[in-house]
Amino acid sequence: MKNIVHIEALSKTYDSGHQALSRVDLDIHQGEILALLGPNGAGKTTLISIICGIVSASTGTVSVAGHDNVRDYRKTRDLIGLVPQELTLGAFDTVWNTVNFSRGLFGKPPDTAYLEQLLKDLSLWDKRDSELRELSGGMKRRVLIAKALSHEPRVLFLDEPTAGVDVELRQDMWKMVRKLNDSGVTIILTTHYIEEAEEIADRVGIISQGKLLLVEDKQNLMQKLGKKQLLIELREMVEAIPAALAEYNLEISRDGGHLVYTYDTQSERTGITSLLQDLNDNGMSLKDLKSSQSSLEEIFVNLVSTK
Amino acid sequence: MINYQAIRVIYKYEMLRAWNTLLQTIASPVISTSLYFVVFGAAIGSRIEQIEGVPYGVFIVPGLVMLSLLTQSIANASFGIFFPKFTGTIYEVMSAPISFFEIVVGYVGAAATKSLVLGVIILITANLFVDLNIAHPFVMALFLVLTCVSFALFGFIIGLWATNFEKLQLIPMLVITPLVFLGGSFYSVSMLPPAWQTITLFNPVLYLISGFRWSFFEVADVSVGVSLAMICMFLLACLALVWWMFKTGYRLKQ
Ligand SMILES: Nc1ncnc2c1ncn2[C@@H]1O[C@H](COP(=O)(O)OP(=O)(O)O)[C@@H](O)[C@H]1O
Ligand SMILES: [Mg+2]
Repeated sequence: MKNIVHIEALSKTYDSGHQALSRVDLDIHQGEILALLGPNGAGKTTLISIICGIVSASTGTVSVAGHDNVRDYRKTRDLIGLVPQELTLGAFDTVWNTVNFSRGLFGKPPDTAYLEQLLKDLSLWDKRDSELRELSGGMKRRVLIAKALSHEPRVLFLDEPTAGVDVELRQDMWKMVRKLNDSGVTIILTTHYIEEAEEIADRVGIISQGKLLLVEDKQNLMQKLGKKQLLIELREMVEAIPAALAEYNLEISRDGGHLVYTYDTQSERTGITSLLQDLNDNGMSLKDLKSSQSSLEEIFVNLVSTK
Repeated sequence: MINYQAIRVIYKYEMLRAWNTLLQTIASPVISTSLYFVVFGAAIGSRIEQIEGVPYGVFIVPGLVMLSLLTQSIANASFGIFFPKFTGTIYEVMSAPISFFEIVVGYVGAAATKSLVLGVIILITANLFVDLNIAHPFVMALFLVLTCVSFALFGFIIGLWATNFEKLQLIPMLVITPLVFLGGSFYSVSMLPPAWQTITLFNPVLYLISGFRWSFFEVADVSVGVSLAMICMFLLACLALVWWMFKTGYRLKQ
């Protein structure tokens, strides 16, 4: 897989003395959707800001499409679009003027047709002559996205794109993110909502206290770290687990109608087959079986609390 | 390679900002200049008559123009860069493929253009009150442009340096305004007692006003060559400072 962004041993200590990042290594694959997941203050915005050139790194390097982001900053920034976390917009500019400004800033000649389509895609076309201060928070977020896309970037950073955003916009946004991604744009989004990472990302990076704890395919991550539970519904209530079944560490549900078996998906043998056999041998007949996987949320809490 | 598009949009944006606040940008200096004429030119001037062969009302015109140019160049350029810093919209400029040089050309160019237009408007306004004859129009234009550019640069530096609105006002209020008033805007230095004349020679604005006035009346406190050299030195000093800021990412990058 080709990497579009390569980050090596990146650290950042702010002037205040606070270390926001410590030795982050990360490769972002071309064409993927990567979610950076971490609690507030983890260093997500700092990481993005360094890649985009807003904050300078203390040590370490970032390259985008093979170009160093300090030495060859024109080439790297040309490829990047950024939707910042805060709703930072001028007050008196119109929507149309501000997206034209953004496009020019990135060195692209004016392109009315492209920008018109962009505003239409983001349901902003009707608002093109509105002043930015007249817009709602959700509309402002759309404008920020339009500005970030105005120069047709190949890599798009979305810093907590759904903070303070209603359900409708969130759905629109994911639709747009998928569409962009289908057209080959690499997408990196930060969030502290696990469901978001789970819903949209191909890979998830978990960041906490300035350290990138891991980066994994979403599926792998959930399998690797996730325990599966097998919920066994019985025809008859049980009060105690027969001694012969002790090795399975079964739990009895509160109503006594279910047995819960926890197993590791990573281990060679899950033990399910033999468990079912043993249940049968002990005269317990099954009514139904259900398995469930722990969510990213549980994985995340586990990781952050243990490291 | 230069990002001309970026320079174009920054310049246009800043010019548009002036257009949207046209009254503030143009009308207020015109009104205040007219007031100066009424007060200094008509009321006081009628008692002073002439300075070095020039009627007082005419004598003060170059000083008046300089007063507005200096304050407006600084105000325009400092606000232009300070405000995006203040609101946070500067993130976009910082993440764009644009060099510090291009940022400076865009912001400073626009601020200088605005004060240049302003200077011309004031001259036209002045011409309504008094009869103006410009002895050396090209030298005058040169002084106008050099002043607008160097003080817009200076304003840009202040805007970068300032971390709040008080600091933004501090230097224009505490340094520039006194220097302009004490730099012979409304009088000839030769009218001062000798001790004060010497002290005044340390005021850089004196050289500016003196040279500018020479281009009108061929009357000057110091020679015009020295004046030109001073303004060029100031311009170079500002350029050097901006270059250093560029090198270090001063106050823009954390
Ligand atoms: N300009 C700054 N100066 C000093 N500390 C900062 C600055 N910006 C962020 N920080 C600190 O760095 C840490 C990481 O912040 P940030 O990258 O914004 O985290 P996140 O985006 O994950 O919430 C936080 O503890 C924050 O307080
Ligand atoms: Mg953040």
